Amino acid sequence: MSELVPAPGDGVLVQGITGRQASFWTAKMREVGTEVVAGVSPGRGGSKVDGVPVYDTVAEAVSEHGIEWSVLFTPALATAAAAVEALEAGVEHLVLLAEFVPRQDTLRILEVARQRRAVVLGPNTAGLVVPGACSLGIMPAFDREIFRPGAVGVVSRSGSLGTLVCLELVSAGLGQSAFLGVGGDAVVGTTTREALMALAGFDRTEVAVVIGEVGGTMEEDAAAAVRALGVPVVAFVAGRTAPPGRKMGHAGAIVSGGRGSAQGKVTALREAGAVVVETPSELAAAVTRAVGRRGGR
Amino acid sequence: MLLEEHLGKRLLAEHGIQVPVSSVVSSPAEAADAAAALGLPAVVKIQVPAGGRGKAGGVRVVSSPEEASAVADELLGSTFGAFTVSTLLVEQRIEHEREHYVAIADDPLRRTPVLLCAAEGGMEVEELERTAPGSVRALPVSLIDGPDPQEVAELVLGAGVAAGGCDRVVETLLRLWRCYVDSDAELVEVNPLALSAGGEVWALDAKCALDEAALARHDLLGELVAQQRPARAETPESAAAAQGFLLVSLDGDIGVVANGAGLTMATLDVVQHYGGSVASCIEIGGDNYTKGAEAVELLLRDGRVRSLLVNLCGAFARTDVMAAGVVDALLANHRDLPTVFSIHGTGSVEARALVRERLGISAARTMDAAVQAAIDAARGARV
Repeated sequence: MSELVPAPGDGVLVQGITGRQASFWTAKMREVGTEVVAGVSPGRGGSKVDGVPVYDTVAEAVSEHGIEWSVLFTPALATAAAAVEALEAGVEHLVLLAEFVPRQDTLRILEVARQRRAVVLGPNTAGLVVPGACSLGIMPAFDREIFRPGAVGVVSRSGSLGTLVCLELVSAGLGQSAFLGVGGDAVVGTTTREALMALAGFDRTEVAVVIGEVGGTMEEDAAAAVRALGVPVVAFVAGRTAPPGRKMGHAGAIVSGGRGSAQGKVTALREAGAVVVETPSELAAAVTRAVGRRGGR
Repeated sequence: MLLEEHLGKRLLAEHGIQVPVSSVVSSPAEAADAAAALGLPAVVKIQVPAGGRGKAGGVRVVSSPEEASAVADELLGSTFGAFTVSTLLVEQRIEHEREHYVAIADDPLRRTPVLLCAAEGGMEVEELERTAPGSVRALPVSLIDGPDPQEVAELVLGAGVAAGGCDRVVETLLRLWRCYVDSDAELVEVNPLALSAGGEVWALDAKCALDEAALARHDLLGELVAQQRPARAETPESAAAAQGFLLVSLDGDIGVVANGAGLTMATLDVVQHYGGSVASCIEIGGDNYTKGAEAVELLLRDGRVRSLLVNLCGAFARTDVMAAGVVDALLANHRDLPTVFSIHGTGSVEARALVRERLGISAARTMDAAVQAAIDAARGARV
């Protein structure tokens, strides 16, 4: 797990920190305990955002602070340069929030990250949350109706649907060990399977929840890991009613040539032993049953 | 976005891949003239941004100008999937001995581009994989270093391409790589790649999918895309897309406004789960979260909408901002439309209060309750 969520005391950088959304979310991230130690905004070095010192380059920030993670609020077309800058400055974990990062930019970022054994979440992710500890991104971690410390590890391609599911869990008296948003693009740095395995490896996790959607093969790939996971998996796959051939808002959410259908994903997950529910509101009850079965063993 | 064949072939030709001489025509008379000028027999192909044209009768060999005219008359104005055929490509027919498959795509699980090659080309690649599993070979390639010619040769030979044609296929793949990188493409595919008895290589088709997210940094690609005729008539989807919204039109009676792709898809699923049906849905997530009013107006151009379901679960997109936009539009122009709200996440306390004060209604406690109320309201409105 250590690789996919910050360890206590890990320093966090915010790239693009002087933007309106970035400064709003920097305050929100700090409110829940995230150690935002520095920000980067070219040309704005020397200023402060919410008390956080701002630098012109990642290299300068790294020379002044211990930085293990960077959250990028950069515009889509500026994300590749900013991500590579962070990787080359030695930052080992990136969270890429931007939507509409060109596909080849993503592939280039991920190649540099592989060379440096760095971890990338996203692009087009809402980020990650460890309730009670930290939040990197744009999830409402500060809302106690939605995030509470607990035993359910959640991985989701979507931020909005992930939020709804986390709300349902808390409403049912449950909480999350961590939430990992993997992102809605067709190519992302951390796959659903990798996120699922990381969550299962986290001591606090007793049940894992997978929020998938149509398009691609990440859910089928994750299904292959379900049996050996060691924790029960409850899943929901969005887009059963999505018409084929249309991108459903996420670049990766498209059923084409019979590939990427919700039914194929549901079948793969069920055959691997996961419980797949019909609507998000059935998730919490299914999770509670799974915890009960586990506890009774 | 997939380019029409003739535009894809221009990209290939710019990267030194040989394509047949051709003309783009839009009338039977032009088709006859083009066929006569190019030499007979010639090939007439419909130009729509979609695969499977050959199987659907959209690719014909003609042996006289009169036949070219008759075929063009038949094809122009016909429909192919969602498209109406308005242009044809009239092309020299190339005599050849063998047909291969080459492409460059990305592999989302490996997270690299891959060069693809199969010895048997001509049919759709999905069909090829079904009928001859394992026949499409893949080589992962570094986007930073580019392909190694030796490895490409091993790929091509490994796919079963005869040694005599190997060098030419490798050369084509290396040119295709330049085309893929220079065009910031998501996919470039040549199927079939034809080899003539004299050792010449021809791209007989071109499937180039450009990345809309990258078009802004390629002036030339933008010009190419602008030439692609609007193949679809104006639809509610395209009107919304022109204003930066995702709208999906279905066949029911409930209008859905939701934020985020995942939540929007799940909302459609849940409506169906409870026996309702959606007329249209529009997404107001991401940067569109301040545009609730515009979204409602676009959505309600659909006269079939009998109840409105507003499903908001805010993270980045603040629900109070989204709800305020929706309420503005409802109060201005749609006071009588039964509307149900489900509001959770960032800004939800303010958003619920706003809906209560300005519309005099309470947001439903859960998404499922909201969905059921919207279904009941649509039924009630129908009676």
